[in-house]
Amino acid sequence: MTSSPQMATVSPFPSLASAEEGLRLLRAMQLIRAFEEQVRNLSAAGVIPGLVHLCAGQEAVAVGVCSLLRADDMIASNHRGHGHCLAKGGDVGRLLAEIMGRRTGYGLGRGGSLHIFDAANGNLGTTGIVGGGIPLATGAALSAKRQARGQVTAAFFGDGALNQGLLFEVMNMAAIWRLPVLFVCENNGFGEFTAIEDVTAGADPLARGQAFGIPSETVDGMDVLAVRMAAQTAIERAREGNGPSFLVCKTYRYGGHHAGDKQDYKDAEEAKAWRLKDPIERLSRLLKESGLASEAAIAALTQEIDREVRAVVDLAKVTPLPADDDFEAHLYA
Amino acid sequence: MPSPHTITYRAAVLEALFGEMRRDGSVILMGEDIGAAGGVFKQTEGLFAEFGSERVIDTPISESGAFGIAVGAAMTGQRPVFEVMFGDFITLIMDQLVNQAAKINYMSAGQFRVPLVVRTAVGVGGNLGPQHSQSLHAWPVHIPGLKVVMPATPADAKGLMAAAIRDDNPVVFFEDRMLYNLREAVPEGVHVVPIGSATVKREGRDVTIIAVSRMVHTALAAADLLAKEDISAEVVDPRSLVPLDVETLVASVKKTSRAIVVDGGYRQYGITGEIAATVAEHAFDWLDAPVLRIGGANVPIPFSKTLEPLVLPDAQRLARDATALVRGQR
Repeated sequence: MTSSPQMATVSPFPSLASAEEGLRLLRAMQLIRAFEEQVRNLSAAGVIPGLVHLCAGQEAVAVGVCSLLRADDMIASNHRGHGHCLAKGGDVGRLLAEIMGRRTGYGLGRGGSLHIFDAANGNLGTTGIVGGGIPLATGAALSAKRQARGQVTAAFFGDGALNQGLLFEVMNMAAIWRLPVLFVCENNGFGEFTAIEDVTAGADPLARGQAFGIPSETVDGMDVLAVRMAAQTAIERAREGNGPSFLVCKTYRYGGHHAGDKQDYKDAEEAKAWRLKDPIERLSRLLKESGLASEAAIAALTQEIDREVRAVVDLAKVTPLPADDDFEAHLYA
Repeated sequence: MPSPHTITYRAAVLEALFGEMRRDGSVILMGEDIGAAGGVFKQTEGLFAEFGSERVIDTPISESGAFGIAVGAAMTGQRPVFEVMFGDFITLIMDQLVNQAAKINYMSAGQFRVPLVVRTAVGVGGNLGPQHSQSLHAWPVHIPGLKVVMPATPADAKGLMAAAIRDDNPVVFFEDRMLYNLREAVPEGVHVVPIGSATVKREGRDVTIIAVSRMVHTALAAADLLAKEDISAEVVDPRSLVPLDVETLVASVKKTSRAIVVDGGYRQYGITGEIAATVAEHAFDWLDAPVLRIGGANVPIPFSKTLEPLVLPDAQRLARDATALVRGQR
């Protein structure tokens, strides 16, 4: 037991205000991890139809950025988006129901994992088109600028989207129009089954933002506090009317491109090394060592989240499937 | 009833844009050279002076990205009118249009709407060649979730632009650039033509000519020629392709028992096939002859002055085909 009897409440970390905030971040990451584990099991068991793309390992990016966003700020996600949805305040039950194709889901079960929209929490959607969310977030930033309420938006995308021309078109316009948008690249090293090095020219992806004069920064995507540091600066820049930012967060996808992918293309040693940087372990250790949280409090949190997610799974399994009436509903507004 | 005045097709669309932008602050324009330049066809002249760069937004030549931004803006409170300079370039926005704009209302179960208009200039003429002359309206009509309109007259252009801007769905508005200087009476003030309503342009007894956009004028000229042959042709303009006013089209065909469908897009797998099949499904027992399809030639639109005129049907050919159909020679 390393924790002191007198727990600290004042954080020594610049991007962490308090012990409570530390536990909130830990909770948010653990929720995503536990959720993805359940989704993986449900997919393997055939309860979830189709393909799911899981984000275990990448939690720090979604939580780091979204923990600093206001409720009326907006995000656009990608195909590996469950973490973004949860970090932006999404309802665990409705999210799982959508992934399971149930009518209680965000899109009446007609979108599935790749098409989850949550207007109430400012989520413009996960998407099945690599890079597809980037212009949507930037369009929302155009609205935000017009409405002048200080809203910002964030587009999450993987390193695979670094080679979509759409990204460069949109970065150019975001820069010339000084739109309040964060381009957040989760560089997990693989675009689907192919290593980034094999398909991406240039020494550093940062150059792609810098080419448009966009402040660009490489971030340790396995460290939620580092992500928050970088995001804080970018968000302030956007809120103050000083335009977009580009964050390249180095992270790792513990699973394959989709659940069930055998991942023959991965190097076992490399995978092991990344596990040692696990963002949840890292924050837990940090909170304990700095006296911001006790071992017991963290264990209790883990158990609580586990129970919560299991309850959601049990409930989702008995929620109704879409009815015939849902087939054409909302085809037109 | 607002009084009419005689203005060009170009001016009629502009009147709708001015009217809707004054009425609703969320209406914005996006496109290439539409601001201070006033548009390559002068189709946005004056808007920049009144509404400024915040609402009349010059985009870079980046159709895909700019349209994606328009979709995101539409999801979050704006009503963008996005201009694609030439209809050929609609291919550059197809991913955003097909995979995002058309489906977001459905996928989000109504949480997000995409109230935007894509306006684009199409049509053969002026020797602009294979990449600046196509009418690709058969592309978006295939996609559920989109509405597609194609007005033939200044009054309908004004009324359908107003309706398209007010609609909460993505609407693609095709305007034939060879109609821009056409002058006709247009209602002053607010004028809205409901999307999905066809109009009978000329009544007749012997054959129904269903014609789209510029082909309406070709059909009316053909009807004049047919009258000299004692053939009475009815000309129907669908005005909207999606949704299609099947009732009006079928009623006309049941009355005349013969139908010709004319469109300026490529004939293969095109508008004429869809409308002909729809009419045949609904009025088969009334038909005295097979439904005839007349479309644009299935070739890239050639540049040369001798070849370009071969692309589209003219009134003489249409009248000849209609005569053969009515006299049972087909």
